[in-house]
Amino acid sequence: MREATLSVFRGDKDTGEFKTYKVPIEEGMVVLDAIHYIQAHEDPELAVRWNCKAAKCGSCSAEVNGRPSLMCKTRMDHFADGEEIRVEPLHTFPVIKDLVTDVSWNYEVNKRIPGFTPAPDADWTFYQEDIERVQEFRKCIECFLCQDVCHVLRDHDRKDAFFGPRFLVRTAGLEMHPMDTLNRAEFIKDQEGIGFCNITKCCSEVCPEEIHITDNAIIPLKERVVDEFYDPVMMIWNKIFGKKKQLV
Amino acid sequence: MANYETHEHDVLVIGAGGAGLRAAIEASAKGLSVGLVCKSLLGKAHTVMAEGGVAAALGNVDSADGWETHFRDTMMGGKMLNNWRMAQLHAQEAPDRVRELEHWGAVFDRTKNGKILQRAFGGHTYKRLCHVGDRTGLEMIRTLQDQGVHQGIKVYMECAISKLLKDGDTIAGAFGYFRQDGRYVLFKAKAVVLATGGVGRSFPVTSNSWEYTGDGQGLAYEAGADLIDMEFVQFHPTGMVWPPGVRGILVTEAVRGEGGILRNNKGERFMWKYLPEDRRNEYAADEEEAKRWVDAAMKGEKTNDRRPPELSTRDNVARAIYTEVKEGRGSPHGGVFLDISYQDSERVKKKLPSMYHQFKELADVDITAGPMEVGPTMHYIMGGIRVDADTAGTRVPGLFAAGEVAGGMHGSNRLGGNSLSDLIVFGQRAGAGAAEFAKKIGGQPKINEADITAAIEELEAPFKRANGLNPYDVQTKLHEIMSKYVGIFREENDLKQGIAELEALQAEVDNAKAQGTKLFNPGWHLALNLKTMLICSQAIAKAALLRKESRGAHSRLDYPNTEADFGKFNYSSSLEGGKMALKESPLNEMPEDLKKLFAKKEPAHA
Repeated sequence: MREATLSVFRGDKDTGEFKTYKVPIEEGMVVLDAIHYIQAHEDPELAVRWNCKAAKCGSCSAEVNGRPSLMCKTRMDHFADGEEIRVEPLHTFPVIKDLVTDVSWNYEVNKRIPGFTPAPDADWTFYQEDIERVQEFRKCIECFLCQDVCHVLRDHDRKDAFFGPRFLVRTAGLEMHPMDTLNRAEFIKDQEGIGFCNITKCCSEVCPEEIHITDNAIIPLKERVVDEFYDPVMMIWNKIFGKKKQLV
Repeated sequence: MANYETHEHDVLVIGAGGAGLRAAIEASAKGLSVGLVCKSLLGKAHTVMAEGGVAAALGNVDSADGWETHFRDTMMGGKMLNNWRMAQLHAQEAPDRVRELEHWGAVFDRTKNGKILQRAFGGHTYKRLCHVGDRTGLEMIRTLQDQGVHQGIKVYMECAISKLLKDGDTIAGAFGYFRQDGRYVLFKAKAVVLATGGVGRSFPVTSNSWEYTGDGQGLAYEAGADLIDMEFVQFHPTGMVWPPGVRGILVTEAVRGEGGILRNNKGERFMWKYLPEDRRNEYAADEEEAKRWVDAAMKGEKTNDRRPPELSTRDNVARAIYTEVKEGRGSPHGGVFLDISYQDSERVKKKLPSMYHQFKELADVDITAGPMEVGPTMHYIMGGIRVDADTAGTRVPGLFAAGEVAGGMHGSNRLGGNSLSDLIVFGQRAGAGAAEFAKKIGGQPKINEADITAAIEELEAPFKRANGLNPYDVQTKLHEIMSKYVGIFREENDLKQGIAELEALQAEVDNAKAQGTKLFNPGWHLALNLKTMLICSQAIAKAALLRKESRGAHSRLDYPNTEADFGKFNYSSSLEGGKMALKESPLNEMPEDLKKLFAKKEPAHA
């Protein structure tokens, strides 16, 4: 029987090392299957998050041979025979144990985004063409791979100043919702720190839902901020004609 | 004595899928302090996996639809064993609950005139499922999650409850542990809502996530509630059968709703053979009529043509596929073929994007170019904790239940799309019921220190079994028993053997061991989960043995007919004197005005 060699990070927040496991290969197997094999047959303590096993819940994020990936979607036959498959936790977040990281920061950041705010007298008629873009953003499964690969968060650890691609996508989903009435431009500039993003598009590259994070969410939000705060023509326009309701 | 932390709330909601989130939002909106416990990270519950849509008689596409027809379809689908009051409330309130989601920011697909679009699904007379492509559950859970986080609900993530605590007869709180570091936690609460989902992990081939270990059913059973209809286990007709790593993963019914055709290895469209006689005239007579229906549906036009046979109810399609495979007409990997590739490929990618990617990436199959291989997968349990329809209260004062963990709503078989609507209708009712109960009782109930000590001992026990068993091996045994003796087709001797083997397995469950530390330890967690998995498996097998007929999802080879006498009661299981006792519990009489709905003839087309 063919065997794969997995090198899996084992450890906690203080210490850890890579441990090697041999796993028999079944046709169609994914990396998460190999991790489950190790749990059931060799090491019941090996910690991993997973739920749906169908790339819909975004729980099983890890770095496989250096690439941020969903383990349930990473097929073993993508690797050459005999190639060692290195599986390690996301680097941007602190390790709890083995492949499980502490992603609680994301949930705290999410709470700060001003929520959906429809007009009280809205009649709720809106059209498919008005929501195509928003629906793209709402495909996000919160796997946090975009947060993991974002160099503002990963290399510079500026979690104090930048919400990261996931939450710019969520904000874009609210801002571009045809029924939303709130203006979050100042929030996007000052709180979310959109200026930190310098459009390297790494986030878009790793998104398993193929959301065009940079092109469709972040750049339009940047343009909004520019229009609102830095464009002299728009500033005069807004003075004369008023602008969307500001946050209080 | 091990340490534990303590949190106090008016209402504690256990489970943070659609039902739990909706319950928490409701109780919190009534000004109460709400704690929400979830076994995974927030937003990962099984609801994210729901694909096809949420059933609600909005009448946006088929204007003749109304709650009466939805009620009738639901009762007929459940073979009249449903709690009629639940089915009534569900049909009446689902439209408001869906519109409420829209007002909270959910972005459903639209009709040409800017309303929520609805699609066809098995067993629904009209196009009734509000949807977002094939990721409706994700849309719902994200909407509820975002609505909830702004309401001050306290969320306890990756936290598992192992025991409900009572003050006399009344609920007083819950005890459990955090998965991340194994620290123990006591929740004091005036009311508790269980919304923990299903039991799929008792079966080897399932669409359910690891979380579906029957926690809520087991906790409630131990606390004195009763479980009903546990024999009714829904095998979804279309799960992936290949490659082995993805066996069981759901292929949404929306594929058939969008015109997907089922064929065997001889190329025969076999579903014509399996239509139940009493509903045969509701389905297309031949290929041409079915094609006209699909063409009209794709264009969003009304038609007098009848729906394709693939849109029969789930129990029926699952048995048909099983039979075709068993009789040697299956596909190479033990399923049948489901084909949507005859349609415009761009449309398929747009309407079924998750399916397109799922097959492309996991099975190397392009569903726009050729058929998928599919077969039945354990998907849902119709049975669960018995609740009062209006308040979602169980027979334990202060304990409420909603969603898949509760029984009664779906009778012997659930229609697709009725689960997502069940979550929001009864999630809201459970939240309101729990809030009202909590307000009435005033101060926090007392918690008995000895109960906490016992709960801690139970949690520690797996570490003390030096010669214990690998919990994964015990789980594999449970899977083998359930799949061999309590599967899609059942008979007396198998069930008796299965029950005997499940009883023998108790000793192994009680001897499953854990090693290492309590820091995020999956082996320990599984050792603990085996207990509720076994309780649910036993309830399923024992009720299946008693129900000597075939009805809905329950198929007895030795009793192939539906018997009128068995339509008068549900089987309930409860803990009596340390043992599982099964009883017949009579159905409530349906009022005359509802009975009349079944006499009225509906138009056959949809």
